[in-house]
Amino acid sequence: MFNGKKAIVIGERDGVPGPAIAQCLSAAGADIAYITTECFV
Amino acid sequence: MSVVVKDCSYGLVHVPSFIRYGSKPYRDISVNGGPGGDLEKKIYERVRTYEEVVAYPPNQVFIGNLGPDELDHIPKPWYEHPVSGARRDGKFGEILPEEEFYGWIKMADDFDLVWLTPGYIEKIKGKVSSSPFFKEGDLKKLGPGIPLQKITEKIERDAALPLYDFGTLVGSIRRDHEMDDSLKAHVLLENLLTKASGALLMHHLFKRANLKPEDVDFILSCSEEAVGDRYNRGGGSLSKAIGEMCHCINATGHDVKAFCAAPLHAILDAASLVEAGVFNHVVVVGGGCLAKIGMKYSSHLKHQMPILEDVLAGIAFWVTKDDGINPIIRLDCIGKHPIGAASNQQAIMTSLVLKPLNKIGKKMMEIDRYATEMHNPEITLPAGSGNTPYTNYKIMGALAAMAGEISPSSIEEFVKTKGMPGFSPTQGHVPAAVPFLGHALEAIREGRMKNTLFVAKGSLFLGRMSQLSDGMSFLLERNPKNKVE
Repeated sequence: MFNGKKAIVIGERDGVPGPAIAQCLSAAGADIAYITTECFV
Repeated sequence: MSVVVKDCSYGLVHVPSFIRYGSKPYRDISVNGGPGGDLEKKIYERVRTYEEVVAYPPNQVFIGNLGPDELDHIPKPWYEHPVSGARRDGKFGEILPEEEFYGWIKMADDFDLVWLTPGYIEKIKGKVSSSPFFKEGDLKKLGPGIPLQKITEKIERDAALPLYDFGTLVGSIRRDHEMDDSLKAHVLLENLLTKASGALLMHHLFKRANLKPEDVDFILSCSEEAVGDRYNRGGGSLSKAIGEMCHCINATGHDVKAFCAAPLHAILDAASLVEAGVFNHVVVVGGGCLAKIGMKYSSHLKHQMPILEDVLAGIAFWVTKDDGINPIIRLDCIGKHPIGAASNQQAIMTSLVLKPLNKIGKKMMEIDRYATEMHNPEITLPAGSGNTPYTNYKIMGALAAMAGEISPSSIEEFVKTKGMPGFSPTQGHVPAAVPFLGHALEAIREGRMKNTLFVAKGSLFLGRMSQLSDGMSFLLERNPKNKVE
């Protein structure tokens, strides 16, 4: 689904963390360019 | 032996003139007209008065004059529905006005960093000296003041930061090294405000609990700041600095750093030290965090709301050996989020809620209330940051459903009966479950509740040293020797 696409991943502390999103995108073929998790509270 | 939380204190300091020095406003003002420019003016058009801050319903909950559940009966937005007859003094502490806090800042200043004009010293002296917390010797630290011209020169020529009483220049804070980022004026201001507000709450704890400062053995500061110098950034120890200011002559201490979960780490450290017999009377203290002031100001401006992040919050807890009356910390029911665990919300909550309860054979529904991140949603929702307590309670409800304790259709009911609305200022470490500890102590002592599980998370990844998050939890339970029904 994401073959050949680069992904910038921004996770959220009380939602889904960056590494978890990255793992899903990676499994779907994306090339992960950057991962971070932020706290917005 | 058992360990109890014997008492606590909570307080707020209204700091409207320091909103400009919160991390986000400070950075944004510097690139949008600078001090006195358009952005700063816009922010200051939306600042609340002290009376509005006192009457703000969540603030009255924080200092103990209202229970958290009473917020459910107050229409929103809460800032448009002030509490009638609201008082500055609360069961757990107080809401201090800025003028008086300037006196606390001077008391906290051991290095002549802060200069205030003679006129301003004169203005605040009467109010500061009426405080029950200062001795004659302390008040001498106010000094005679420094002429305005000298203050202006310090600001213009030596990188000192101007200090205001709303729009009026009343003083400055200087740096203490020309090239040390850890000792620049802005960092020293952050640290000094944390120390002063932490000391305010420790004094309140002593007064409320009738605890003598000289009886305190050990102090753990869970504040958010980084006291240190260029060779040891964040070296500490604010705990001893606050203890010194509160005359704890027999205590030592250190600082606990664990992002927003620090208060829970600190309380558990305190409980362990008492349980082990190392110390008898341990105080956990957290001063306010200047960096977080005005953090979501742009969303509040956009929604034409008042700037709600205008208070420093402080907390203090007295942890000691079993007195047969006060609620105990169940040291056999500690939740942790281990390094090897996954970092999704389900995994975190499983580690912090299910696992510790399973250890002592308790079901989730046997817990009367859960305290989680108690951020006031009225502050976070306009910024798109969600309703943190509600989100966490829903995850907990889902866990209870997965464990077969409730049906999936009862999750909202779980949120309503086991949770509560957020009422804490967004001061990082302060919302970390512990704002409910004072309310829980009272309810458990009086037999209105049996127990509460305190659950907090920490965002370790923000420091860029690890992608990990963190979390801790503990169970507070009615003292089995206390037969109150």
